[in-house]
Amino acid sequence: MARLDRLTEVAAQSLHRALGLTDWEASRIRELLGREPNHFEIRVFSLLWSEHCGYKHSARLLKRLPSAGKRVLQGPGENAGVLDLGDGTAVAFKVESHNHPSAVEPFQGAATGIGGILRDIIAMGARPVALLDGLWFGEPDFHFWQAVAGIGHYGNCVGVPTVGGQTVFDPAYASNCLVNAMCVGLLDAGRLHSAKASGPGRVVVLYGATTGRDGIGGASVLASAELSEDDADKRPSVQVGDPFTGKKLIEVSLELVESGLVESLQDCGAAGLASSLSEMASAGTGIDVHLDRVPLREDGMEPWEIMISESQERMVAVVRPQMLDAVRDVCRRWELPCTPIGEVTGSGVLRAFHGGATVGEIPAQLLTDECPRYEVEQREEARSVRRLDPPPFEVRDVIEQYDHLVGSRTVRRPGLDAAVLRLRPSLRGLAVSLQGPAPGETNGLRAGVQATLGAARNVACSGGEPIGLTDCLNFGNPEKPEIAHELAQAIEGISIAAEALGIPVVSGNVSLYNDADGVSIPPTPVVGCVGLVTDVRRVPGRWRRGDAVLLAMSPDGSLAAEAALIRFLWKAAPHLSLSHDVGSSGVHGALAEATAWSGGLEADVEIPTEYDSRRGAAILACSPDRVARLGSRGFVRIGEVR
Amino acid sequence: MAMPRPRIGVVTYPGSQDDRDALWALAALDAEAVPVWHEKRDLSRLDAVVLPGGFSYGDYLRCGAIARFSPATAAVCEFAEAGGLVLGICNGFQILCEAGLLPGALLRNETLRFVCRDARLRVERNLLPFTSRCTAGQLLVIPVKHGDGRYVPPPGLDPAQVVLRYVDNPNGSIDGIAGVCNEAGNVMGLMPHPEHAVDPLLGSDHGALILASLVDSARRHALAAA
Repeated sequence: MARLDRLTEVAAQSLHRALGLTDWEASRIRELLGREPNHFEIRVFSLLWSEHCGYKHSARLLKRLPSAGKRVLQGPGENAGVLDLGDGTAVAFKVESHNHPSAVEPFQGAATGIGGILRDIIAMGARPVALLDGLWFGEPDFHFWQAVAGIGHYGNCVGVPTVGGQTVFDPAYASNCLVNAMCVGLLDAGRLHSAKASGPGRVVVLYGATTGRDGIGGASVLASAELSEDDADKRPSVQVGDPFTGKKLIEVSLELVESGLVESLQDCGAAGLASSLSEMASAGTGIDVHLDRVPLREDGMEPWEIMISESQERMVAVVRPQMLDAVRDVCRRWELPCTPIGEVTGSGVLRAFHGGATVGEIPAQLLTDECPRYEVEQREEARSVRRLDPPPFEVRDVIEQYDHLVGSRTVRRPGLDAAVLRLRPSLRGLAVSLQGPAPGETNGLRAGVQATLGAARNVACSGGEPIGLTDCLNFGNPEKPEIAHELAQAIEGISIAAEALGIPVVSGNVSLYNDADGVSIPPTPVVGCVGLVTDVRRVPGRWRRGDAVLLAMSPDGSLAAEAALIRFLWKAAPHLSLSHDVGSSGVHGALAEATAWSGGLEADVEIPTEYDSRRGAAILACSPDRVARLGSRGFVRIGEVR
Repeated sequence: MAMPRPRIGVVTYPGSQDDRDALWALAALDAEAVPVWHEKRDLSRLDAVVLPGGFSYGDYLRCGAIARFSPATAAVCEFAEAGGLVLGICNGFQILCEAGLLPGALLRNETLRFVCRDARLRVERNLLPFTSRCTAGQLLVIPVKHGDGRYVPPPGLDPAQVVLRYVDNPNGSIDGIAGVCNEAGNVMGLMPHPEHAVDPLLGSDHGALILASLVDSARRHALAAA
């Protein structure tokens, strides 16, 4: 684990262990470099070869996820996945975790989680149009409300609506909460930006906030190790968000992209410049970076600190030299520092200079492609089944703390299944959802299937044809064989469900080491789904007096039947006054939610005996004369709105 | 003869968020909506000005406290003093109070939490350039979204300056005040967001009554100037 032994002097310990690298990894670095790495280089390796940046324990498993499809413009591997929506537009989306920072400091942890996922979408050249949050906490305590306030603090101040997500309370997350954030952005399909650097001689420009010592080693210290009782010591590893600068960063980045001033953009997030520069340089080009040119917010920073600082609200752009003045003008207009800090070379090497001296020199591919990817040892170990007793909680108290209207696209507001955003000026729309497994689920495979089908069913209930998925895999320590098994099984579950639906997983994130004091969280794959709505004027809303109430069910528990139900739901949606997924709260819970959503208008219903709570289902309503248009199969009439 | 499209400026501070939505809504209501950058000092060719919602300069200090010193705000003050029509929405309302163009102040919501929901409002004055399309006592549904929206009037505020009142007060505003105007009636501020309520598809089109009233009044100004 990345921890110094306090009773032994630092100088007497091997640095690589304190930084979270194993002895084997340290010797592998020596072998790849053909020499001993210096202090700067071992720091950079330790971050890029962390689970958070390098997916050491998950990369091999993630290959299982289906990622191809006719709409896919960009699959996994970039800052976000991109799907073609037709009409010349495309959607970029991704979900990411900020669990450990939020466990240590919930307000800033959650806030910077929002900042980070926004920058991933911006790096693709897309304008963020929606945020969704998944929150797993022990109970609705002060810690939880601080996280909600942190999300609001950032999201509300950057002008991106927060339109959905899920909140789950379960004592299993009391010491290791989960904060997952998804962002959806829109871009011209022809203007897709890649994060790779191109062409020697291009200038590397850092713009946005200044650089300080905040978040040093966040990715390795926080995200790639278990939590324990002395976590207060880790608070300096949590970054601090500045949404005002974040807002300016969005506007500058989009102006640069839209006026064609930049070749590529890269978010400066986990592992800071070390990560963004090695990503950019890994396509075979190299980068020379002059760290003494980076504008600093505090004195006396070491070169390695500048290289790995996770100070927020920074981006890196690759710019043609003749465009540099125009780039500076845009940044000046928005009052953001903008500094050329290096050049693209043809060397394939990431070289760092400070005060005229070379401080580090690493072939970029060693940091990315050569990161060890372990075959994890798996062993099945069933967990005991848990029954949850969720505390009384009004989800509206969360929703109302977020601006869900800015942008004037929100046709269906958050609160029931998926929100719908209009793709102005057309009448088409996007339905977006974020779902985890049924609360209390302990089986990895079932958790993956449930999250995927749940996210797609939510989108379908809002009238959207599911077109793509993103996943955030929240698990315990993968070096424990039983956790590795859960992870592999959940990936299998997501994969088979996505295959049944015929849609790809185009982006995602892995959050491992969600263990507190040796206990791992239950398997928690969280899946985001994006769906296309043909006509936002015909999105289901509230049921009306006299409407027939129907129950749509999957005829058997098979994946094919579940996929057929989802297809039925989005096809039926234009005829319905209301459509609501029967989620984990069961059919009675779903009816109560539909009643509340419809302004308290109640329905008289009788639940049929063939209803099986283990299968996917949805409550539908429409005027009685329209029932025939839905066909004759896939649903039963269960009552009427009073 | 075709009616002239009035030119209505929408000020963009670096932290403004609803400037695009305000421009879009005004254009949909047949105004020529003109973006005005916060460093601009000259508003002479405009028939009205809107200060939109957002977080002007981050508002880490006090909402609108920095924005009152910006060049565009100084120009708005001159514009208003010359009788020009100025509408401040949410953060724009806060800025107008900070700049002294409107009476009172906006404090932290009573719940200490940000609130985003539809609010029901009652029109208290309908003979203003901003409410001429409304009837007195009319109920409007327009969303609010703010953390600092609790209006506190100065002692002895003329009741005639209260333009809108909440039916179900979302923030603890004194006397449920949601919108006020200056004594001359050419400057108005409100916390609800009419620009988010101009299309029934997005929940309500009651906000269009307020913005269309402004467009009507600005058009009269344009005609008089022509």
